[in-house]
Amino acid sequence: MTSITDTEAPGMNLAENYALKVRGAKQLEGADRRFFGLTLASAITVLLIFAGVFIALFKGAWPALHEFGFAFFVTQKWNPVTEKFGILAPIYGTLVTSALAMAFAVPIGIGVAIFLTEICPRALRRSIGIAIELLAGIPSIIYGIWGLFVFAPFFQKNIQPFLIDILHPIPFIGFLFEGPPYGIGIFTASLILAIMILPLISSITRDVFDTVPPMLKEAGYGLGCTTWEVIWNVVLPYTRNGVVGGAMLALGRALGETMAVTFVIGNAHKIDPSIFHPGTTISAAIANEFAEAVGELYMSSLLAAGFFLFIITFVVLAGAQWMLASLDKAAGGSKK
Amino acid sequence: MIKTNRLYGGRKFKNNLFIGLSTSAAVFGIMWLLLILFTLVTEGFGGINLAVFTESTPAPGETGGLANAIVGSLIMIVLAVIIGTPIGILAGTYLAEYGRHTKLAIVVRNLNDILLSAPSIVIGLFVYETLVLTMGHFSAIAGAFALAVIVIPVVVRTSENMLLLIPNALREAASALGAPTSHVIHQVTWKAAQAGIITGVLLAIARISGETAPLLFTALNNQWFSTKLDAPMASIPAAIFQMAMSPYEDWHRLAWSGALIVTAAVLLLSILARMIGTHRR
Repeated sequence: MTSITDTEAPGMNLAENYALKVRGAKQLEGADRRFFGLTLASAITVLLIFAGVFIALFKGAWPALHEFGFAFFVTQKWNPVTEKFGILAPIYGTLVTSALAMAFAVPIGIGVAIFLTEICPRALRRSIGIAIELLAGIPSIIYGIWGLFVFAPFFQKNIQPFLIDILHPIPFIGFLFEGPPYGIGIFTASLILAIMILPLISSITRDVFDTVPPMLKEAGYGLGCTTWEVIWNVVLPYTRNGVVGGAMLALGRALGETMAVTFVIGNAHKIDPSIFHPGTTISAAIANEFAEAVGELYMSSLLAAGFFLFIITFVVLAGAQWMLASLDKAAGGSKK
Repeated sequence: MIKTNRLYGGRKFKNNLFIGLSTSAAVFGIMWLLLILFTLVTEGFGGINLAVFTESTPAPGETGGLANAIVGSLIMIVLAVIIGTPIGILAGTYLAEYGRHTKLAIVVRNLNDILLSAPSIVIGLFVYETLVLTMGHFSAIAGAFALAVIVIPVVVRTSENMLLLIPNALREAASALGAPTSHVIHQVTWKAAQAGIITGVLLAIARISGETAPLLFTALNNQWFSTKLDAPMASIPAAIFQMAMSPYEDWHRLAWSGALIVTAAVLLLSILARMIGTHRR
């Protein structure tokens, strides 16, 4: 902090003039301290919110965790009538939808980023980039109702029967595609999630690709590399941590996404190997059932599910930050 | 000679193949997003009329609109911004001006980034546990508070980033004139970073305009027009959720109109934020 009471300092006259003009040094110093205290308190508020989320959810989750113990996480039973709860089915649904969504969205998202940084004509680069960033901000409920009213009926009528005919007879993996074409279900939810996180992955990956020093790429081209060889041998190795970090950020988003999933997953509390069957995710279960949850144990089970979701997204997001920070460090180091 | 040609041809083929794949990925990806926007406009636009803005949620089969939801959303967004923005800007100021490399700042920065992308439904549960249970009922205040918890991390992040862009020479010049740190911040760095900070606030508003999950357990929803802060309040996203999940055809139409209004608002805010952000840099 700037000290204005230090009488030996050169420029004292200026300082004194300044101080006298405003209010007098003592008062000024008090105001300075108060402002510092205010900013410090606000920074601590952020910490308190974080701790508050953790504590409040744990407190709410405690009755269920205490009643069911570890079995809460490994049983499928979800029976509000007998008050027996386990969240294995929502955990399974959350993991499967997120994994499928990532499998669709990551390659396409990276493709979009490569297109934007290396292939796209310069004139279009900025406008397409901005369009993708804007799309990343569209509320997830929009993706949800589009999935419910437009995609699911279309998929049910035109694509799903065809997919079932082809995939179901395949030995060993056929059971994954079993069942009548419902339209909604795990697979549809994954697709909607994929469409939703696509702009996010594209825009992060593009930013990450932009950190590659042009000199490195030019050196590659100078050696006679093709565009693809430069991407594969220069851009991707340089940005590996950033790309993984960006994908993990998107994974964090997919794991906790509520609205895009709730509409199209069907809310069925069971684990079904077929990805065309309805299922549920942690967030969809909470959103669907919270309003009708009567009884302490029911409510507490939903809160415990939310607590678990908070923990896994925390781990994924912390990992993402760590990866992205290591890219920043590398980029900072290369500038020297 | 033939061998080098084959090698060259192979590399060229591989290059074309992957460039083709990337380009089709881009076309394919952007196509879906355009498709969604297109349906949104075609489905939503037909339902937009004066009643949407002047009447409240109808009984199924009757005419009505989203007036209660629009007003509810506006009230809660304004409250959330009033609660969240000062805390966010001040905390961002601490991180950029006072803390920088202190342990506290590093912890706050990292946890803030996690809050920034934490599932919003978890924020809703948090506010339910703390505010709704202590008040004993759902309320607009609780909804606004949940939205404020989402505003804070967005504003902290953008404020810090924008303040860090200000060259240290400016701060040093002001300090050399004898200005105390708080004056340096008020009169130099905040002013220089003004446009960026406003951009952050606008982005935060865009973000909370479409948030549904945190409102479901806090402000709940309300069929009727209400401006009472300690009672449940309607919001556009919650109304969309309720109407889209209902079996009624005319509620579906209203849900589409609501979706179009929300998306248009979010896109306009983002574009405005971007214009302010790039204009002064």
